[in-house]
Amino acid sequence: MKLSLVVDGKAQSVDADPAMPLLYALRDDLGLNNPKFGCGRAQCGACTVHVDGIATRSCVTPVGTVAGKRITTLSGLGTAEKPHVLQTAFIEEQVPQCGYCLNGWVMTAAAFLRENPQPTDAQIRTALAGLKCRCGTHMAILRAVKRAATMSA
Amino acid sequence: MHYSPISRRDFLKAAGALVVTISVPGTVASALSQSTDGKPPLTPDELDSWIAVLPNGNVTAFFGKMDMGQGVDVAIAQMVAEELDVAFERVDVVMGDTALTCNQGGASGSTGIQFGGIALRNAAAEARRLLLEGASQRLSVPTEQLAIENGVIRSTTDASRTISYGELVGGKYFNAKLDWNKRYGNPLAVHGKAQPKRPAEYKVVGKTFPQKIITEKVMGRLQYITDVKVDGMVHARVVRPPTAGCGPVSVDESSLKGIPGARVVKEKEFVAVIADREWDAVRAAEALKVTWAPPCTPFPAMEKLHDHIRQAKGIGSETPIKKGDVDAALKSAERVIEVEYEWPLQSHASMGPACAIADIRADSGMLLTGSQKPHYGRNGCSKLTGVPLDKMHAKWIPGPGSYGRNDAGDAAHDAALISKLVGRPVRLQYMRADATAWDPKGPAVVYRARAGLDAQGNVVAYDFFAKGFSRQDVIQTENDPKDTLAGQMTGYAPKPEIIFQTPAEKYEFANKRCGWECVAPLLARASPLRTAHFRDPLGAETHFASESFIDEIANAVGSDPVEFRLKYLKDPRHIAIVKAAADKAAWSARPYPNPNRGKGDVMTGRGFSYTERNGTLVAMVCEVEVDRRNGRVWAKKFTVAHDCGQIINPGGLRITIEGNVVQATSRTLFEEVQFDTNQVKSVDWASYPILDIADAPEAIDIVLINRPEIAPSGGGEPSTRTVPASIANAIFDATGIRLRKVPLTPQRMKAALDKA
Repeated sequence: MKLSLVVDGKAQSVDADPAMPLLYALRDDLGLNNPKFGCGRAQCGACTVHVDGIATRSCVTPVGTVAGKRITTLSGLGTAEKPHVLQTAFIEEQVPQCGYCLNGWVMTAAAFLRENPQPTDAQIRTALAGLKCRCGTHMAILRAVKRAATMSA
Repeated sequence: MHYSPISRRDFLKAAGALVVTISVPGTVASALSQSTDGKPPLTPDELDSWIAVLPNGNVTAFFGKMDMGQGVDVAIAQMVAEELDVAFERVDVVMGDTALTCNQGGASGSTGIQFGGIALRNAAAEARRLLLEGASQRLSVPTEQLAIENGVIRSTTDASRTISYGELVGGKYFNAKLDWNKRYGNPLAVHGKAQPKRPAEYKVVGKTFPQKIITEKVMGRLQYITDVKVDGMVHARVVRPPTAGCGPVSVDESSLKGIPGARVVKEKEFVAVIADREWDAVRAAEALKVTWAPPCTPFPAMEKLHDHIRQAKGIGSETPIKKGDVDAALKSAERVIEVEYEWPLQSHASMGPACAIADIRADSGMLLTGSQKPHYGRNGCSKLTGVPLDKMHAKWIPGPGSYGRNDAGDAAHDAALISKLVGRPVRLQYMRADATAWDPKGPAVVYRARAGLDAQGNVVAYDFFAKGFSRQDVIQTENDPKDTLAGQMTGYAPKPEIIFQTPAEKYEFANKRCGWECVAPLLARASPLRTAHFRDPLGAETHFASESFIDEIANAVGSDPVEFRLKYLKDPRHIAIVKAAADKAAWSARPYPNPNRGKGDVMTGRGFSYTERNGTLVAMVCEVEVDRRNGRVWAKKFTVAHDCGQIINPGGLRITIEGNVVQATSRTLFEEVQFDTNQVKSVDWASYPILDIADAPEAIDIVLINRPEIAPSGGGEPSTRTVPASIANAIFDATGIRLRKVPLTPQRMKAALDKA
């Protein structure tokens, strides 16, 4: 069925089974590849997007449930000219190794920092719990989120 | 993306080069010209296989190894920039394309710089020599009176005489030979007549440069293998048997009715589905009804795995370290300590399941893969599909992480097989269970360690013995279909290698013996528990046992663990690494356990370990907190001393070490493949938990010891093996409890605390 989505500020239409996860609509129908398939079970966060500002695991979100809602992917978070403060911080801290998990950390942290602009270290760890990184870049992630919070202070 | 094979000539054209022919026979300039028939063959003895100069004077280095995210390509660019005297920013590194790079072994054994970089360094030095000679001719100035600055050669006596690399050879070929040792893979070595620079002359090597690709990743502009689409492709998913070792008896294709375009692909025991839309392929793989047989119980009960290893008949053994008479010394010892350690099966569990794209036609083949060894993938897929090797092209595209022979090599072969069978380009992506449950595993091992002590507490005998699965039920490359699931499911007989490891350290015990024995794979063919190389193969396993045991001996003789190690180390470089870690951590000598461990719910302790790996030395202090209430172990702080000889990029090395430490902490505290007698039960992150950010250390302090005069020996893996014992030793310091079975989970810690 035809579904209308607003993705990264643009009205989009996809023809899909409403039970299909949003992840496949974004990647396969709209060519937005930043949300990644990591597990399909909402256990790793690689597929995270914002739905009306809330960090959401798109691999378990039926596309039919987000029709008409405001969806933001990593490409909509910042631009080359105006990167999101987290993107600047992640580049400065040289965070990603393979980088496949990065979408999940940045999108989750962006939603978190919007609500908690000056978090403590413990709050950052709690907010990012459940995200996976196999390369073990956690130390750099923590430094970068902290740096982003400092930069926007 | 429109895919088309790219030749070296196309590459230079695409890079803006005007390929022209200049031939000046009998002069050195001929070495800088391109022969009339174009490109020299892509063989390691051709300088053009390694270095190209573009018309604007920028340099491309062709690297036949790979970067998996730690930035080894940045280090390669530095080494090339250094030798060629061009700015770092003007060097690009091409890697992972079998049409553009020689097979240097892919990512392998932390040898990216150690072997791969040395070849590029020698090639770049030779290119510089030829460029100087060419400039000497063109400018009529002797080479001794020439200087190079950022790719421009000028006369030191006449400033008006200059010529740039671009003017000399831009877009053309060197057509010059290198001496090549006729080996491919890791051992490949080349050199020219030129001597590389002396470390004292370095301007670029030894400094930190960032990874340009990180910006692409963070801004969401990098195309991963999972993001590539090719014209006319179908989506595929594999269907694995519910019981390991079973094959399909019948497949009910009607179970796919209602899923648009879905169809079954079957070849002998290999089953997959394809569909035009990805979601339909996912649904089809779930919906497909298959009758599997024969029923079998291939595995022992999980809790009996290590007993199975103890009792299993050996299939091969070695005793590589034999010094003195260990048996006699044990017999006459005042006291003998004997303990056992156990390490579980572990999964690569890459961040995303593997993905590959293959287009296998009657007369040609193309493979896009996230594997860290695309040259070998090309060989294997050529054999599997019958496409002649010279018509087969493979290209690496960054994948969802790789630390050894993970599921990427299997995905490549699965995709190639499906493409051959359906006659279309195929994009195959695994689902999470296909990755975690079915990727090759790090081996399970039982270690038995014995030490004989005299009346004064001196070690008079040291006896270390490992028994476990080989590290290569399938070899570390996908060079042959026999080492892949697609191959083994379609009739290629597996042929496991029998290969193991002994501890790498330099303790000078008078009588010392280290040996191993391998046991057969639990299931011979297409086993989800087949073993293969996982970051620092057997390193974490073996040195968990050996460095835990050194601490046990130190404790038995009432010695401080650092003092104990120093007593038996004689090699100055080894002594230095131990002291460097201890000094940085402000280690003060005292025996175990920590007298100030804390009387409350949280106990604290510190642990030490030291290891070697192929020339790289690491020593480490871990500080832990152990929570009495729930058994949680937090590896709160690591202090790491690291000596890998000459350092190329200290910043890159630091993040590489951090990754090693955190990943190895995860393996030590949390990771164990679950299985029952039929099948692997670790199918996702819930059933194969890894470290969460809550458990990430508070700090990792790193001391880099740079030894510019000693050849670089690699940093991609060595600090992995030092981690497990440092944690176990710190737990002992905190609690007085010795955990000898990995993972050191809260459940095991709590049970031990309750019993104590």
